[in-house]
Amino acid sequence: MKYLPLIWKNIWRKKARAIFTLLSIVMAFALFGLLSAVRAAFSGGVELTGADRLVMVHKVSLIQPLPFSYMGRIRATPGVEAVAHATWFGGYYQKPENFFGQFPVDPENYLSMFPEILLPEDQKRAWLKDREGAVVGRRTAEQLGFKIGDRVPISGSPWRRKDGKEAWEFNVVGIYDGAEKGTDTTAFMFRYDYFDEARARGKGLVGWYTIRVDDPDRAAEIAQAIDANFQNSPAETKTSTEKAFAQGWANQIGNIGAIVEAISAAVFFIILLVAANTMAQSVRERVNEIAVLKTLGFGPFKVLGLVLGEAFFLALVGGVLGLMLAQVLVGGVGKVLERFLPIFYLPSEAVTTGLVIAALVGAIAGIVPGIQSMRLPIAAALRRG
Amino acid sequence: MANEPVVRVRDVYKAFRRGAEVVEVLMGLNLEIPRGEFLALMGPSGSGKSTLLNLIGGLDRPTRGAIEVGGQRIDRLSDADLSAWRARHVGFVFQMYNLLPVLTAERNVELPLLLTKLPRSERKRRVRIALSLVGLSDRLKHYPRQLSGGQEQRVGIARAIVTDPTLLLCDEPTGDLDRKSGDEVLALLTSLNRDHGKTIIMVTHDPHAAERASRVLHFDKGVLQLDSAA
Amino acid sequence: MLRAVNQIAQISLLNLRNLPARAGSSLVAVIGIAGVVAILVAVLSIAAGFRETIASTGAADRAVVLRQGSTSEMVSFVGGDSARLIKNAPGVRFVDGTALASAELFVIVDLPKLPAGTPANVPLRGVEPAAFAIRKELKMVEGRPFRTGTRELIAGKSAALSFAGLEVGSTLRLAGNDWQVVGIFETGGTLTESELWCDARVLQPTYRRGNSFQAIYVQLESEAALAKYRWTLDNDPRLDVAVERESDYYAGQSQVLTDLITSLGLVIGIIMGAGAAFGALNTMYTAVSSRTREIATLRAVGFQRLPIVVSVMVEAVVLGLVGGAIGAAAAWWMFDGFRTSTMNWQSFSQVAFAFRVTPDLLVLAVAYALVLGLIGGILPAIKAARLPVATALREL
Repeated sequence: MKYLPLIWKNIWRKKARAIFTLLSIVMAFALFGLLSAVRAAFSGGVELTGADRLVMVHKVSLIQPLPFSYMGRIRATPGVEAVAHATWFGGYYQKPENFFGQFPVDPENYLSMFPEILLPEDQKRAWLKDREGAVVGRRTAEQLGFKIGDRVPISGSPWRRKDGKEAWEFNVVGIYDGAEKGTDTTAFMFRYDYFDEARARGKGLVGWYTIRVDDPDRAAEIAQAIDANFQNSPAETKTSTEKAFAQGWANQIGNIGAIVEAISAAVFFIILLVAANTMAQSVRERVNEIAVLKTLGFGPFKVLGLVLGEAFFLALVGGVLGLMLAQVLVGGVGKVLERFLPIFYLPSEAVTTGLVIAALVGAIAGIVPGIQSMRLPIAAALRRG
Repeated sequence: MANEPVVRVRDVYKAFRRGAEVVEVLMGLNLEIPRGEFLALMGPSGSGKSTLLNLIGGLDRPTRGAIEVGGQRIDRLSDADLSAWRARHVGFVFQMYNLLPVLTAERNVELPLLLTKLPRSERKRRVRIALSLVGLSDRLKHYPRQLSGGQEQRVGIARAIVTDPTLLLCDEPTGDLDRKSGDEVLALLTSLNRDHGKTIIMVTHDPHAAERASRVLHFDKGVLQLDSAA
Repeated sequence: MLRAVNQIAQISLLNLRNLPARAGSSLVAVIGIAGVVAILVAVLSIAAGFRETIASTGAADRAVVLRQGSTSEMVSFVGGDSARLIKNAPGVRFVDGTALASAELFVIVDLPKLPAGTPANVPLRGVEPAAFAIRKELKMVEGRPFRTGTRELIAGKSAALSFAGLEVGSTLRLAGNDWQVVGIFETGGTLTESELWCDARVLQPTYRRGNSFQAIYVQLESEAALAKYRWTLDNDPRLDVAVERESDYYAGQSQVLTDLITSLGLVIGIIMGAGAAFGALNTMYTAVSSRTREIATLRAVGFQRLPIVVSVMVEAVVLGLVGGAIGAAAAWWMFDGFRTSTMNWQSFSQVAFAFRVTPDLLVLAVAYALVLGLIGGILPAIKAARLPVATALREL
């Protein structure tokens, strides 16, 4: 708009003040972005769960295994489209600090259950051919330097080998990527048939099942029907939607959401004070100029608009720069925290929310000085010179 | 048409509250200003001359009475309408110049034009004309702090005339200038009045400045005293 | 020297008198610094509280024995025969002919977390009778210990506060069986207070664990006996175990979460600090520019540069300290002792703990605020010193 040069020039009337205020705002929004990423990380990817998938664990305790034989009965339940299983292997590579999830699975049905796992066709074929083959996510592969063709030993698993060897060895035949920004690419998957055959105890058992239903709206119903199947068996089951399962997990981690919100709120309150103070000062020292603008014919609402425009501009520029900085930080911090938080990214809702907050900060910071300017009596203000 | 007074002040009272007191500055003032006149208002401090200027320019409202400019009762306009009226019909020149320090000379002069619907190119054209009229075409991109007092005042005059207003109101325009710069400014005002037919009302302390006017009115305690033709 | 101090004092008094005019921006700086300090302390107090709970859990004169290579109890596995050997090896303290050793296992059960009632994983630990003697810090605060051979259990104080259904006398339905809650115990705020305890011999068949355990806890003859004990077990070909001093074991267990929270806290602290520093700079710049006339006059009159610089720094530091003190006090008042619980990733079960605002943290808070004040003061101070006197006076 044509008033932009005037607004811009007024922001920079005191260069140092403008820079410091702007930088404070930038920092506040950078922090906001970072905290949003933390919150997304702790909510365990609840947003990324499949609407049409269920998770079945042992009813008594989620660390109890389930019989592999259940698979047929699950598959036969009306409403069930597909079934896959996985088990927690619990080992590490070389040192316990090299922590990532390893899972024995059935390649075909696991990959078709989780289309967000992107594995090239040829690598999948190689996996199907090699009993000791393993497919690893890109994140872990990059972190630990795994390449296709490597023979990788995994030790420390509670699952001991029948032949007494300490470590389980696998051939890396594939590296997978995630379809979404937040998809977990830290998992190391190998073949269940090899696992079941070579392990000393627990044959015929799996950790949990993932089930795809044909109608997501009836998910809860179908889950109950599945559990009814196993009601009086030695291993009773508890089936819930993937989302509910992830949410439950997230709830256990604690009210991270509330803590993050509380910190963000406190930070924005502070930044609001800073911005409001700057605007108030800026307007206070311009009383004479505002009066001049009014003599020139700038009506009360135009004057209000100029002040608000200045506040908005400051807040929005700060907000945008801050969110951009957040993106950079999330990338950097993500690398550092990789071991703890495999999923670490800046969610797009956070960006939208951030911009809305920036607009609000601008509005609130500018409103009081704006109204004061609006009501300024011209003659008296001019006299003050 | 040309005989209709451009300004008509009828029975105007203006009182101010200073603390607990009420001070009456103008008491029942009557005045008519014909088009094309160069009027000087003189008198001691506090006599009400600046107050009258503000009232005629719509910067303040009379406590009682009517003010008519160009046939319009400006004392009856709302704040918003008054602002719009002012933008179109009045140009102010101040003792302290009152330029915006953050803007260049060019942009300072452009300010009143931002309130119109003129496109950018047209605005720039008029600004250049105004600045050349006051003899500052070479100082377009200078900031006020880079100009001398006399130059600042001339930018102020350019800003005041850029919308081609009905009235030019000047409050002690030479008050802060040395003799030479003051004379330049006065010459400019005289030229605007004589050659371009602008109606000018000037408040001043300086008899030397008042000499340039076609009519001089003296104020004392809110009342007009003499009516001496120049 | 004395003259300089004198000058500084005089200028500072002048500053104070001038303060009301700058009250707005000074207040903003103080609130900003206070807020930032409070948040930093709050976040770090989470880590401190968590660490304190876990670190205090292990004793130096006790040992934990897990299967070789296991990173935690949860993935460990020790067979009944091995357990016997481990419990009776040299280095273990004996009392009346019985070894102070307890072979233990645990399962994860689902209980509703208070107040929302969302399901949470809670550890149910099966212990042997010696466990009570080993964990001397354990005291019953309500009810009585469970009787061996029965489906009775006792709950730790933290667990009872954090999860529903753990009142003395209530019944829990787990794995299709009814368990009676017969007592509540406390251990002085350690991790154990987040657990439920029962008889190992009852737990095993209920959860089909056969004759296996997950860990053996032993009371050593002395702290130094660990070496002997470990040597014996390491060199027994029948065993495949790792021996760790209990205090080390627990310290390691909390590492992941503590590191995570501390790292996050520091990152947050740095970003906030930058923001607050800019806010402080803003205030101080305003302070200096609003006093240009004064400073120029002082210099013209004969005051030296240095006292002026120092006075600006002093003001900034005072702002920082006031903000820091308020922030630290607020954090201590609001957060110290605040109870919460979260998941310990290494055992997949809940750990209840309290935020702990330690004296260390308070000192850190004040130091942090001081640094912010210093940063806020230095540039403006330099600006004040470099003010060209003549120009400044002329402008006015």
